Amino acid sequence: MSDTTTVAESNTESLIRMDRMPHIWCSGCGIGPTVTCFIRGIYRAGLDPDKVSLVSGIGCTGRVAGYVKLDSFHTTHGRALPFATGLKLGNPELNVVVFSGDGDLVAIGGNHLIHSARRNIDMTIICVNNFNYGMTGGQTGPTTPLGARTATTRYGSFEHPFNVPDLVAACGATYVARWTVLHARQLENSIAEALTKPGFSFIEVISPCPTLYGRMNKESKGLDTLHTYQERSVIRNGADTKDVSITADSSIVVGKFVDIERPTFSDCYSQMAERAQGAKK
Amino acid sequence: MKLWRIPFDQEEKATKPGRILIDKDRCKGCDFCVEFCPKGALVMSKEIGPKGYYLAEVADDTVCLSCGLCEILCPEFGIQITPSDNNDR
Amino acid sequence: MSENGSLCGTFFMNGDEACAEGAISAGCRFFAGYPITPATEVAETMAERLPHIGGVYIQMEDEIASMNAVLGASWAGMKAMTATSGPGFSLMMENLGLGVMLETPCVLVNVQRAGPSTGLPTLVAQGDMMQARWGSHGSYELIALVPSSPQEIFDLTIRAFNLSERYRVPVLIMSDEAIGHMSEKVVIPNVPPEQLVSRPRPKAQQGQYQPYRADGDLVPPMALAGEGYRFHVTGLTHDERGYPDMTAEAHDKLIRRLADKIRLNRKDIEECEEVGIEDAEVVICAYGITARIARLVTQQARDQGIRAGMLRLITVWPFPEDRIRELAQQVKAFVVPEINNGQIALEVERCAAGKARTILLPHMGGSVHPPETILQSIKEAVQ
Repeated sequence: MSDTTTVAESNTESLIRMDRMPHIWCSGCGIGPTVTCFIRGIYRAGLDPDKVSLVSGIGCTGRVAGYVKLDSFHTTHGRALPFATGLKLGNPELNVVVFSGDGDLVAIGGNHLIHSARRNIDMTIICVNNFNYGMTGGQTGPTTPLGARTATTRYGSFEHPFNVPDLVAACGATYVARWTVLHARQLENSIAEALTKPGFSFIEVISPCPTLYGRMNKESKGLDTLHTYQERSVIRNGADTKDVSITADSSIVVGKFVDIERPTFSDCYSQMAERAQGAKK
Repeated sequence: MKLWRIPFDQEEKATKPGRILIDKDRCKGCDFCVEFCPKGALVMSKEIGPKGYYLAEVADDTVCLSCGLCEILCPEFGIQITPSDNNDR
Repeated sequence: MSENGSLCGTFFMNGDEACAEGAISAGCRFFAGYPITPATEVAETMAERLPHIGGVYIQMEDEIASMNAVLGASWAGMKAMTATSGPGFSLMMENLGLGVMLETPCVLVNVQRAGPSTGLPTLVAQGDMMQARWGSHGSYELIALVPSSPQEIFDLTIRAFNLSERYRVPVLIMSDEAIGHMSEKVVIPNVPPEQLVSRPRPKAQQGQYQPYRADGDLVPPMALAGEGYRFHVTGLTHDERGYPDMTAEAHDKLIRRLADKIRLNRKDIEECEEVGIEDAEVVICAYGITARIARLVTQQARDQGIRAGMLRLITVWPFPEDRIRELAQQVKAFVVPEINNGQIALEVERCAAGKARTILLPHMGGSVHPPETILQSIKEAVQ
């Protein structure tokens, strides 16, 4: 189908299931803009949408699978990565994207996250991080900054959060970037880059959750949160991921942090299979 | 703008006038497009839309440069920029 | 090795290896698993064999991931399998449910060991029979087959793939440690392609295709990722388009169809072996390793002049209710030996519905029933 795609068809709506609009996301939510950047990223990268498969877990961001007009799989909580692993290894021609939230990918799916990165499965992960569990009512999660209030940390979060880019970089991800929703241009570029880069590409998207996390932390409108991004974010491409932790009021370091080459799981598997076949003959 | 010479990539890089279409049925009044339009082409209206939110509306089409930022930032996929033949700028 | 990658010939191999070979003969080219006794030999065989025949073996980080990778591979068009034992089976339950909901063909092997919890990792049991039926949340139907020998696990693995492709449902093979680790003669034939079933495929045009529109036989055609259908599937209750539909009506329609596609095809799915049933007044209802002892005891009882028979369950889920109901009219009692504290006996009792006695012979696991206990029970039943 890609060869017939005209400029008019390459707008955002062409890859949205318009029969499912309006979506369920709140006013001022950052997931919608992230989806737009993703769709624009697909076109920017020149991919055939027929060959792009999207896998989501559960949660607000998990609903992305239901709204994009791609082969899309809405799986169980935290399990998007292993499902996507099977999909990619089952058909290496597919460009597999995992689009899910921080709770889904980093908490319940944390084990899958580190191992998918370690194996360097060739796929792109878009992790929308809104610092809490939105779908279930704004509970604390693995990325909630210290001191932040949520439905289950009324007196301020006291658990140390993950620095997600550092986590996946340490596990061997070959491409790691972080942008806020407000960095729409950079995010679109990053997604296009990640989609065409072999290996485990991870993009963290810092996103407002005005209804829950925002309301509990004096940013009751999405716009308030975007203003804090304007004030607090600093672009530092190539920053050491150790230095990009997010606290409740620190600067938010964004940029492309990691872009390295490393053989993917499939590369290594093919080499092993050749060795095996050689040994038998 | 008056140029002393015409750049080679003028065709490609020049901003183009645009028309902004806002889908009132989808707008949830988040204010993103209004706040971040670099040309201030949009405003929040006093009109309440079908979802009960104040709607974003076009204040001045003629300043639009088709940069598309409002399109991207709209969480509702509710804004579309189409080329305009308005060359009044 | 034959063209399709299967070893052809006669071999001395254990049940786990025979299971892996059955999968390869059935066309399985994707295996995701996690090491667990006593199922490791299935994974080890697949890890050795698949790289030679263009297949993929991946060792996942846990059984949750294994089950998901199998589902993903199936949607990419692969015939996919995983193998585990009790603790891993528990972890797989979450996404077994997803497999049922997405109607994903795949095969899950459980080489049962004694539980609960870590239990007896290296010793036999049949304690997961009810978990196989009800382990994931919600109401659903699936298919579970129980082998009694290495040869049979080879044959049943092929049948499991065929059933899973035919009905678009995960199929369980409920093996056990004794069958898995028992080495016997296994004949591997060259399975011709016409004996292998493939999932129904869409005929609708791109854009017209609805992933859960099932005409006629209740099994919808399955598109694969990357074919241009741009379909959506979800573990949420969904309509024929695959879109979430959060209404009681949609749920009713979906769950009934998922059940009916199995229930209404019981005749095709159910399989039992009957030994000396015609004139039997007492029937041993057994499955798996226990059926091998039951077969011996049936003969011993006959030698002593007792009209005993054996009904060996090969399909346990769906449960062969009609056959038990029929036999309940004829026999005095069912003796149900199983290596658990009473699971399939409950089903037998339900179907016998008071027409015949059901005598449970529980055995907690770690070993098989001594034949004498079953014989003793038969004698008591006919008195």
